[in-house]
Amino acid sequence: MSRIGKIARRSFLVGSAAVVGGVAFGYYAYKRPVTNPLLADLAEGEAALTPYVKIDSTGITLITPRADSGQGAYHVQAALIAEELDVELDQVRVDPGMPDSAYYNTALSAEAAPFRSTDDGLMADTTRGIMDAMMKFMGLQITGGSTTVPDSFEKLRLAGAVARETLKAAAAQETGANVADLKTAKGEVILPGGGTLAYTALAATAATLDPVNDVTLRDPSTWRLVGKEMERIDIRAKSTGTQRYGIDFEVEGMVHASVRTSPRRGAMNSYDATTARDMRGVIDVVELPDGVAVVADNTWRAMQAVNAIDIDWAPATYPAEQAEHWQALSDSFHADQQDSRFRDDGDVDVALEGAEIIEAEYRAPYLAHAPLEPISAVVQVTDDRADVWTGTQIPRFVQSNVAKLTGLDTDQIFVHVLVMGGSFGHRLEDRVVREATQIAMQIKGTPVKLTYSREEDTLQNDTRQIAMARGRGTVKNGRVEAYDLGIAMPSVIASQMGRQGMPTPGPDLQIVAGAWEQPMQIPNYRVTGYRAPELAPISSWRAVGASTNGFFHDVFLDELIHAAGADPMEERLRLCWHDPSRKALEAVAEMSGWGSDLGPNKGRGVAFCMSFGVPTAEVVEVSNIDGAIKINKVWVAAEVGRVIDPINFENMVQGGINWALGHAMNSEITYSDGMADQRNYYDFEGMRLAQSPEIFVRGLENGDTVRGMGEPMVPPAAAALSNAIFAATGQRVREMPMTKHTDFV
Amino acid sequence: MKLTVNGTEHEVDVEDDMPLLWVLRDELNIKGVKYGCGVAQCGACTVHIDGEAVRSCQTAVADVWGDVTTIEGLGTPDAMHAVQAAWVEHQVAQCGYCQSGQIMQAAALLATNPVPTDADIDDAMNGNLCRCGTYPRIRAAVKTAATKLQEV
Repeated sequence: MSRIGKIARRSFLVGSAAVVGGVAFGYYAYKRPVTNPLLADLAEGEAALTPYVKIDSTGITLITPRADSGQGAYHVQAALIAEELDVELDQVRVDPGMPDSAYYNTALSAEAAPFRSTDDGLMADTTRGIMDAMMKFMGLQITGGSTTVPDSFEKLRLAGAVARETLKAAAAQETGANVADLKTAKGEVILPGGGTLAYTALAATAATLDPVNDVTLRDPSTWRLVGKEMERIDIRAKSTGTQRYGIDFEVEGMVHASVRTSPRRGAMNSYDATTARDMRGVIDVVELPDGVAVVADNTWRAMQAVNAIDIDWAPATYPAEQAEHWQALSDSFHADQQDSRFRDDGDVDVALEGAEIIEAEYRAPYLAHAPLEPISAVVQVTDDRADVWTGTQIPRFVQSNVAKLTGLDTDQIFVHVLVMGGSFGHRLEDRVVREATQIAMQIKGTPVKLTYSREEDTLQNDTRQIAMARGRGTVKNGRVEAYDLGIAMPSVIASQMGRQGMPTPGPDLQIVAGAWEQPMQIPNYRVTGYRAPELAPISSWRAVGASTNGFFHDVFLDELIHAAGADPMEERLRLCWHDPSRKALEAVAEMSGWGSDLGPNKGRGVAFCMSFGVPTAEVVEVSNIDGAIKINKVWVAAEVGRVIDPINFENMVQGGINWALGHAMNSEITYSDGMADQRNYYDFEGMRLAQSPEIFVRGLENGDTVRGMGEPMVPPAAAALSNAIFAATGQRVREMPMTKHTDFV
Repeated sequence: MKLTVNGTEHEVDVEDDMPLLWVLRDELNIKGVKYGCGVAQCGACTVHIDGEAVRSCQTAVADVWGDVTTIEGLGTPDAMHAVQAAWVEHQVAQCGYCQSGQIMQAAALLATNPVPTDADIDDAMNGNLCRCGTYPRIRAAVKTAATKLQEV
């Protein structure tokens, strides 16, 4: 319970913490208790018990500040609160709340520190603590990095427990009963005589009390919800067409806008909107700093009209042709572009000298996020406030950026986070909001909904990074003896944070994420990151750096294991020193029947990657059908500490496998004449149903740290597929999309 | 022009070539039908016209030849169609944005082919993209719905 105590001291002394005078401003700001954002805006009779629970006479609202881009984050957050609050999930409303620094994301900063997730030494803990303080100081209410569950696991249960105990105290005060004699269930306090008092009826009294912060979390053996199969809170709405998404949002008097900004991501030289202005339904043509928008009376008319505008775009500021992008990466494997070498065991140079060297080069392309719901935002700007309704993972940045654009104060900007039709990292960017704001500023008072066409969404996508890796290694006595991997890519974080005006000093951990921190003990083992120059705009795409590096690292390992003549599973197990990771490999071996005879024209591949702290082992089985590959089955075992909801977990992991394999097979964004060549799902397809394999999932609970699973299934998947293709055909596929080198059924 | 949607007749004053999708969403405020690609590549806009599954983004409103049914007309949260009930039972949705189209496509499949084979399901559903990758559950839910509809 010591860790719970630590967290409670940090973030749950709501309104009652003594302020500790600090040695430095950051430390002082960090130790200062987080103010409760709900207290500022409470109607009479409402009691805000913690920033995560709101109760009034009409009902109970759970505040779930981590955005839900589709993977059930609202559901999981609500379940964690409800577990301790003693409410049923069908009794509560769920509200993402307004952006506030109190909702800072602790787990994200822990993963940003340059220490392996397996490293819990003093230096690592100290640095993570500093990063935690920085994150709190900056108040980053970010959803990303598979952090929702780790960040929420204790915080939200504590929030529920504090609320419950405070409601009991209120009931004790009202009835004169002893708190120790009170029980709670289904949103009610149960009195010693069997009578009940609804939480909603106790809200007014609870508001007059100091929160009861001295709480103990329940033992997992008593959990009603967590770890059990639950019905997702939004599943009925999402099965009946009644779920409303950002793109569905409407407000009285709203007009519709469609935009075109430079497909070369640069300036606009000139435009001619003569035809567009005369089209039916067009209200206005609005010039933006780097493009032009049409405001109309419905979405389709706005899109038609904006496409009728003749525009002359300035050249791109990055290389115009795809081959130049690859060349830039190829030219980056030099000491003066070395970004990091966090892994350097043994002496690779000595081991390679004079030995028979196995060499290989790998490539991974730019990829769009392309969530099915095109991005949109509704913005209304008046003289004294601006409202933003949008699906976003970065509400605090949105608030700040709209304040800068409008000249209003941050507290005059109201960001209403709406449900998202997928994201995969796409909604960590906010250009749609900035553009909608710029349009809304020109028609003040009128709410503007800006909806991207699919084509605009694709052309303006800040894609996944392009990346290249070069491996050199040797084997000896049937074992992997030396492993030297260099990875070159532009910095995702510099590109992404640059658009937010934030400097990112030091090495970019994402350049080597999913490679440098693998729990393998190879006698001579080196991973070097090379920072390529900034090319096309890039951003976080599901699993970020590890989405490319998990492929590079494990396929090269597989090549060395093959050269050594060892069994791919046994040699990985022999090399792996980390017990939870070994258990993941052992589990996937058992699940997939590793070693059993598959018969002719079939092959299995195994891959392993630890990313976001989650050791994940996968096996892919393929058939070679007349020279075309069919993916039959996939097995996944991942160590996550706790599975919050087994159904949601399985669905999310299966979906992530389809995500990873679909893109690995057939998807890329390429540049010609400074523009993306791809426009829509006909040339950026991903996985479809007929190609999707059977997928078997096991969440392991051996570790004592709870981890999020939104991304870690992605990095090993393409590697396992490549390794399986090799097993079935003898062909090594070292580049994605793999359709460049093999056909798929 | 007149348009019958979910049993209600509407009079709409729009261009002949406006896609049915946008008439439904922006003129009639029927938001269960979704815009994903605009070029019949994703299936999120799937509705029924006289029971047949069509991509409403590629159907000009003047070409609508019969009664239109959207997800809202198939069933409601209180009275779900067997396909919707199967989608709940299997908890298919993640982000859920494609699922209106998936469900309408599956309902049309089962109306014409009550006992589809795996290959039939693959063929019928392959044009409906799910970026979250819920395909294993879509397959299972279609089978469950088929069984349920047989029992009725």
